[in-house]
Amino acid sequence: MSFVKCLHCRECGREYPIEPLNACDFCFGPLEVRYDYDAMARAISRERIQKGPLTLWRYIDLLPVEGTEVVDLGTGFTPLLKAKRLGKLLGLDNLYLKNDAVNPTYSFKDRVVAIASTKALEFEFDTLACASTGNLAGAVAAHAARAGMKSFIFVPADLEQGKMVGAAIYGPTLVAVKGNYDEVNRLCSELADLYRWAFVNINMRPYYAEGSKTLGYEVAEQLGWRAPDHAIVPSASGSLFTKIWKGFNEFSDLGLMGPTRTRMHCAQAEGCSPIVTAWKNGWDVVRPVRPKTIAKSLAIGNPADGFYAVKTIRNTGGTGVSVPEEQVVEGIRLLAETEGIFTETAGGVVISALKDLAQRGVIKRDEVTVAYVTGNGLKTQEAVMGLLRPLTIDPNVNAFQQAMGGR
Amino acid sequence: MASRRVKFTYTAALIPDPVIYELGKRFPIVTNIRRADVRETFGWVILEMIGDDADIDRGLEWVRGKGIRVDPAGGDVVEG
Repeated sequence: MSFVKCLHCRECGREYPIEPLNACDFCFGPLEVRYDYDAMARAISRERIQKGPLTLWRYIDLLPVEGTEVVDLGTGFTPLLKAKRLGKLLGLDNLYLKNDAVNPTYSFKDRVVAIASTKALEFEFDTLACASTGNLAGAVAAHAARAGMKSFIFVPADLEQGKMVGAAIYGPTLVAVKGNYDEVNRLCSELADLYRWAFVNINMRPYYAEGSKTLGYEVAEQLGWRAPDHAIVPSASGSLFTKIWKGFNEFSDLGLMGPTRTRMHCAQAEGCSPIVTAWKNGWDVVRPVRPKTIAKSLAIGNPADGFYAVKTIRNTGGTGVSVPEEQVVEGIRLLAETEGIFTETAGGVVISALKDLAQRGVIKRDEVTVAYVTGNGLKTQEAVMGLLRPLTIDPNVNAFQQAMGGR
Repeated sequence: MASRRVKFTYTAALIPDPVIYELGKRFPIVTNIRRADVRETFGWVILEMIGDDADIDRGLEWVRGKGIRVDPAGGDVVEG
């Protein structure tokens, strides 16, 4: 039994039953899951969580699923690593990396899709769907395979083949849409109205989004039941950013840890930074942009949760950092060379944002800081191809020593 | 009849234009505003459009032609 009460509109507060809905019929505002926190607080404890599996399902009591029949690929409870070498370089004694690149399909999207696919089965859908340029496609196709569901994955026709393979291998119907980003967006919004599919980030969105909270829970638990002083989070739709904050706060409100004082820092690439731009200019509305960035997994020009992300930055005393495009690869390289973690472009954005915050003194040396690494570098190899400079030699010792002498 | 939920984003120069009024006069479309925030420098309107699919498409093309950005009301659905 879950502690879910209803869905409610984040704008006008109207309540809706637990159904596959994502927008308020009255004001078209986004819907969010509402819980009975009093009952949840009576049932939940650190001990109960610690007895759970070493996956995100250890937090099942805090998630919007009804039974114990979940779609489980072993997602979550990913490593929180103390980053001594990177920390030393940046002058930070308590820097941690949340390495979510080691999830089953190599990104944090497994978390949101785990919840969305479980909920889709509860609603008796037989098909999962999404529109994606990478990580989400793989996560949806894999979870559908695991659940025995059909899946439809819509991608722009010019998507790199490697990314298509990462989804196609799981056997979905892969649809390559000829058209620009806006046209794919428009088509998928229309298809979601036409077909009875569980479109993970459309009609399943209120449940899907809750999966991201577990990145807040896990970090707090792994830090010894406390929230960090700073969290640096990559932002596309803004959902992950706001849900990590929600995760910290729920743990505090449920009495699982002390008050949360985390400053939430939003990291975007300069070529698509509508949330950071709104924060920097003091706007309370997010102006849509046309994405033009190598950080493809962050390329959302009209972020659904942008307004709430800006609010979260302000309410927590956080900041927004838009990372120059040329520093994205530098961030990937810095993380790989200092800590042995190969992240995708979104991770490069986070590490470069972290460096900027440390250099400007926004983060103090002794403060507990967590940088979220949400995807694996093998997915965006084209971004770092320029770094590939092997020593090419003839097969003899002399050739090797000569080549080394040249370095 | 089809229904579509969209968001129009205006720059300052376009705010004085009665675009939604004209949209309803030029095309057989019913427009129904649900939320909006229009200021001196910038504005957005979330509205429902009801009509035939082809008319809505033509209407939205005309709106785009005026320089107004049109997006799905719930934000982008293509994710990374």
